[in-house]
Amino acid sequence: MSARPDLILEMVANPAYLCGAREMINQIAKRVGFPDSQACQIALAVDEALINVIRHGYETRADGRIWVAVTPMVGNGEGADGLRVVIEDEAKQVDPGSIRGRSLDDIRPGGLGVHIIREVMDEVLYEKRGAVGMRLSMVKRLRTDAAAAPTCVPGCVPGCGVSEGNQTNG
Amino acid sequence: MVIAPDGEIGYHEAPAFRIFLRQGFDQKPKRMVADLIGVSYMSTPGLATLVEALQQSKKLSIPLVICGMNDRVRAIFEIARLHTVFKIVGTREEAISL
Repeated sequence: MSARPDLILEMVANPAYLCGAREMINQIAKRVGFPDSQACQIALAVDEALINVIRHGYETRADGRIWVAVTPMVGNGEGADGLRVVIEDEAKQVDPGSIRGRSLDDIRPGGLGVHIIREVMDEVLYEKRGAVGMRLSMVKRLRTDAAAAPTCVPGCVPGCGVSEGNQTNG
Repeated sequence: MVIAPDGEIGYHEAPAFRIFLRQGFDQKPKRMVADLIGVSYMSTPGLATLVEALQQSKKLSIPLVICGMNDRVRAIFEIARLHTVFKIVGTREEAISL
């Protein structure tokens, strides 16, 4: 990590703790200024990244350790202009170039996590972490300009005016 | 048959959801409805479980219908582009009346 993060969560690679990690990210993202729908998706991306560490990095070995570092990004104006989340582990290393989402045309269970991470976050960088483990750095930027407003996703806050606001999909 | 899970369906919870669905299909119902109205959050293991259920439903010729999704859950279906793969309706009543 290049700068000291505001907050670090250290957890073992036990799926039972994923709910706590994603709730923490969800709450911090909302505090930074993301609407509820985007905060939920940032938490989803972090959840997916942690699942990949547990499943593929530690191969479900529950005593491995994972660090989730969170830092609001300070822009030129007042307040934060985004959120940086860095996930580090001591699991097996893989070539960062080999970490790709699979084709979505192939309808089968599994393999969607990397796609979701890249779809939700604005910056995604996988690196080897020294001699052991991997580091995943992710950034999600707050968009306050009017041009960015139509990028609201289904599930945006009520009253946003962009939300589809429709629960059915015949 | 209606399966109505509650709470979050993440990596930790998906195995129990898978068991419920398998037990449901074992009873050879005319139709399988997954009512997600009580589901506040879903990640890809939950999606994967539903994709497995879809494959099972095709194999057994038992239609699978999903209903009751909130916007958060719907968003993950859309990000994964699975919203066009499943039969999704708004309410349990719609799902049962199909």
